[in-house]
Parts: sequence; structure tokens; C-alpha cells
Amino acid sequence: MKPGDNRPRSEARRRLLAGAAGAGALAALDPMRVLAAPVGSMAELGFAELPDGALAEQVLYALPGKVPLIKKTFRPPNFETPVEYFRTAITPNDAFFVRYHLAGIPEVSATAWVLTVGGESAERELKFTLPQLRKELKPAEVTAVCQCSGSRRGLFEPHVPGVEWGVGAMGNAVWRGVRLRDVLAKAGIKGGAVEVVFDGADHGAIDKTPDFVKSLPVEVALDENTLIAFEMNGKPLPHWNGFPARLVVPGWTGTYWVKQLKTVRVVSKPEANFWMSAAYRLPRGRFKTPSFKSQVATANEPITTMVVNSLITSLKAGQQIPRGAPIEVRGIAWDGGSGIARVEVSTDLGASWQEARLGKDLGRFSFREFALSVPTKEAGAKVVMARAISRSGEMQVEQLIHNPAGYHHNVIQRLYVEIV
Amino acid sequence: MRTLVPLFALFIAGGVLAQESKVQLRDGPGKDKAMQCVACHSVDYIQMNSRFMDKAGWTASINKMIKAFGAPIPESDVEPIAAYLAQNYGKPPGN
Repeated sequence: MKPGDNRPRSEARRRLLAGAAGAGALAALDPMRVLAAPVGSMAELGFAELPDGALAEQVLYALPGKVPLIKKTFRPPNFETPVEYFRTAITPNDAFFVRYHLAGIPEVSATAWVLTVGGESAERELKFTLPQLRKELKPAEVTAVCQCSGSRRGLFEPHVPGVEWGVGAMGNAVWRGVRLRDVLAKAGIKGGAVEVVFDGADHGAIDKTPDFVKSLPVEVALDENTLIAFEMNGKPLPHWNGFPARLVVPGWTGTYWVKQLKTVRVVSKPEANFWMSAAYRLPRGRFKTPSFKSQVATANEPITTMVVNSLITSLKAGQQIPRGAPIEVRGIAWDGGSGIARVEVSTDLGASWQEARLGKDLGRFSFREFALSVPTKEAGAKVVMARAISRSGEMQVEQLIHNPAGYHHNVIQRLYVEIV
Repeated sequence: MRTLVPLFALFIAGGVLAQESKVQLRDGPGKDKAMQCVACHSVDYIQMNSRFMDKAGWTASINKMIKAFGAPIPESDVEPIAAYLAQNYGKPPGN
């Protein structure tokens, strides 16, 4: 449904009901108004709005095996998770966002799948089937956020080209598989290894399009939390999220989490393909995230770990709250792997901050729920803000740190509500 | 358009393809040339990136498709496609 399709009906209904209720109460009660609202509006969450063309074009659409998600583009498929699925710390598999760069996405059968591990800096080349990996290596599990580098790109002011994501190009899941370092230990790593390079089964629509190949520093590949995962929340990975096996790089942005993993190569030189040398780059030194040393260029460097962030999931802009009833501020917070130290809430435009109660700790790479009940006394508008602070002392920013590719948006949300 | 059929065949999810066909570009001079974009991606990429780029911005996007992604678009089509996109999906005048 396009925004506006229901407008005449909605207008008629509004006129019909106008005699019976005040305009304010009507806004909260009229279900047609909700249906007529654009899908995935960011202003509704207290952020800068998406480009008008993006907002007009997006619809809810269910890919096979998925619930209706916010369609950004059909081919390659880019689908965003609606905000209601972030009201719990774990994101359901069928609501998990979908992000592809290339339109050639094969169905990979679990029985035919083979992982090739080698490269010039490996001692030997090995091939693994899924049963071999399960049998020969110890299982490993981690709860971790997978967030697209460009999540919230659509909220940039001024806008920048790319997939105009709102807040939902992310999800949190329990990933289960084997440690990449155990796989690499079988192959053996020679001295002089610089990066580990990953290729998945996806490919471009035409041969000339660079294949989606990503690399990691050797020390990140060898981190105990870096997995080759087969399962997500206790079930096989959905097709759209990398079945039968994908890379899981906790703390690092989604671009490194290669889906439908096919080959792993240990190499002695920095990987130079388009997806490493040109795409996914930040102006050098603009963010305090760790440096991917072998890939640093004069002007720019690759994106690495996520910045600290949070999302209020319990309120919508303009929501009316009866005077005397509390403002229930609930949401999730996350960072690049130090864990969340605290989340603070303000209802006075940042003049004072109150610490929210944190939910269960599911590990330092996971979403962390937060909640605070703020009493109300007088009628009027209130601006609700939440800011997360990580255990490494990083806090969400008040002003956007603009960058040409639209990464790392972690501006503090400002959501106004009306006490009536 | 005949040459595009095998490219479409790469896309496995038929239902999604049917949905994609409902996404239409606006009519206007240069639309025929802009339809070359569908060889690699659905045209909702264009609507999604509107309306905030001027003609120079759209030209940069088309050149990225050609140089970085290997789009087989003739050099002589860059200007008319950029003009079409700026006219129909560009930054509104005065903004």
C-alpha cells in the first residue's frame, strides 16, 4: 500500500468522527489513521525523516519464510525490520533484516555445501562439509548484534545516496556454529599472514560486477568470538540470512558477516577488491573505532566496530499520555563489544538525566534492554531522550558526525509526547 | 530488452520479481535509456534515492554504476539518463 492510498477514506472517517470526539483524542483512537500512515516513518520515532522518495516507495512485504518487513528494494533484496520487533532483546529469525549487494543469490543445499579453507599463508588447503565441521570441531555460541554499517543512513541530514535505511537494518541473535580459529588451526597459519579473506555464494547480475569479498585482520579472525555459524536462535539460518553457514564477527558491522560462506583464504597482502578498497570506508580518524591497520589509506579507512547506540521502542512521536500516568520509556542499547554500562533518560531536553534500569545481561555483544517509568504531573509536551554509555566510556552523540557513505549514525533520539 | 531475459533468470524468487514489476519509473524523455538500470537492480533504488540529488549527484551515481560495478551503459547515455533522473527524481528547485 502506498502512503496516501487510504487518505480519502481516512479523511471521510475523520470528518464522520469529528463531531463525536476532539481532534486530539481522535488521533489516538482512529485506526484508519494508523493504516494510512507511511510505512517505517522515522519522524514517528523522533528522528529526521527519510528522503521523501524512499518513504513513498517503501511498503511492507513478506519474502518467502519472512514476516512482512519494510521493503527498501526488491532486487537485490533489502528489507528492514519494523521497530516493534525490537521490543525484546532477541530478534526473531523471520523478522531479521535482509541485506544483499548483489542480485545473484543461489539456493545453497546443506548437503552439497563445502567450505574451502586455504590461501597462500595457510599451511594446507582443506575442504569441510557441514557434518565434518560439526563432528570435528567443538561447538561455540555467542549472542551478538548484526547491524548493517548503513543502518540509519536515511536519517542523515543532508541525505547521502545508498540504501536509505531507517533504524531497523539490525538484529540480535544467538549464533551457534564453530570457531573460525579452530577451522584456521586445522589449515595452519604461516608467518607473514596479514588478512583472512571471505567469499560467499552470491554474485552480481553481470560478470563485470565485483564479487562481494571481504577480509578481516588476522587477529580478528582468530578471536574466540568469531564464528562460522549454522544456527540462529536454535534454528538453521534462514535462506535470506546466509543458509547454510555464515560468518559472525561480534562487535564488527554487518558488512564483514559474509553470508553463504564458501571460501576462507589466509593471505599475506591486503585484499584490494572494490568492497574492501573503495566501499565501506570512513574519513580517516573521524571516529574513535579501532583501526583496520593493513587497509588504512591516506584519506580513508574501513569501517570496523559499531558505535554505541540505543533505540526507544515503547513510544511514538505525538503519543498522548494521560496526566498522572507515567511515561514508560523502554528500549534497547548496544555497542561494538565492550557492553552497555548504563542508559540515561531525559524528559527536559537534556537538562537532567536519570539512569534507566537495565534488563538481563546476555553478553557484551548483545542488545541490552532498558526501562524507566517517568511520572507525569502537568499537561503539556515533553521531549523524551535516551542515551547509552558503553563500558569503554563511549556515549551517543548529540550532533551527527556526517560522512559521505552514511555510517555510524548514533545521534540521541528526541521523541516528543503529549501529557493530556 | 530481449538480452535481459537471462539476467532476470538469475533471480530465484518469482513472487518477488512479480512485485518488482509493479515498481514503475515516471514517464518522461530519457526513461527508455534509464531502463538499462534494470539489468542489475530493481528501479526502486531510484525512487529510494529521491529527491535530494541534483544532476551532478545523479551523474556521479551513474558513473559509479559503470566504473565500479561494470554496468554496460554507453558513455553517450550518461547525460540523457542523468537529465531524466534529475528532472524526475532530483532535488526540487529552490531546495
